[in-house]
Amino acid sequence: MLEYLWAFIIGGAICAVGQILIDFTKLTPARILTGFVVAGVLLSALGLYKPLIEFAGGGATVPLTGFGHLLAEGIRKAVDEKGWLGILSGGLTASSAGITAAMLFGLAAAAIFKPKDK
Amino acid sequence: MEITPELYKDMTDGSAPKSKSYINIPLAFLIGGGICLIGEILLNLFEYFGLEQEEAGSWTSVILVFTSALLTGLGWYEKIARHAGAGTLVPITGFANGVTAPAIEARTEGWILGVGAKIFTIAGPVILYGTAASVVYGIFLQIFKFFMK
Repeated sequence: MLEYLWAFIIGGAICAVGQILIDFTKLTPARILTGFVVAGVLLSALGLYKPLIEFAGGGATVPLTGFGHLLAEGIRKAVDEKGWLGILSGGLTASSAGITAAMLFGLAAAAIFKPKDK
Repeated sequence: MEITPELYKDMTDGSAPKSKSYINIPLAFLIGGGICLIGEILLNLFEYFGLEQEEAGSWTSVILVFTSALLTGLGWYEKIARHAGAGTLVPITGFANGVTAPAIEARTEGWILGVGAKIFTIAGPVILYGTAASVVYGIFLQIFKFFMK
């Protein structure tokens, strides 16, 4: 049961960092999302993100920093196997399911739902 | 009266709603943590049914992205996000919301330059700079590998 508690706490803490950035800086949501993904790549490159995932599971993979980690991990694997070409193919290969799902469901939603009045 | 940038800033600072951080931050923590908890439950469920960790992770993302797109279409995600702030922004559901919401809004502008282009309003920068950062990392790795041989 403890793993669920840590997933909640670590995931919540990563989101709280985002809220602190929103409240105390003038960063827009798009900038925060971009920053979190790049931060995830960086933390993963430094070897800090994998231990966090082993510890917090979904608490570390569900936030967008986890998406950055996925990109870095994909690069690591691809560079190992394919060398220079892996630099170009590794990131998007690892994250393709999430990106394709987002595009596909987004497109489907645009076809089904009407824009709401604000 | 001439409106200087300083005066304009004073005026708008006063009229903008004051966000209460002592409420916003705990709310972001609770709702963001809750979404991650759901993710953890899904992960374990997929692994319980025999999927490898990597595949379980991909399926979890797909389910979360689907749910977020559906809730966005129904207009419910915005309602939760109004209170949750970064709690609904930072998880992958926030990314899916950032893809779906502009796509729905852009319908009136057509399918190509409306939906087709605006669907990447948020996803574009996220994917671009995420990929670029990972390529920089890949170059470091490759150079490192070259010298270790």
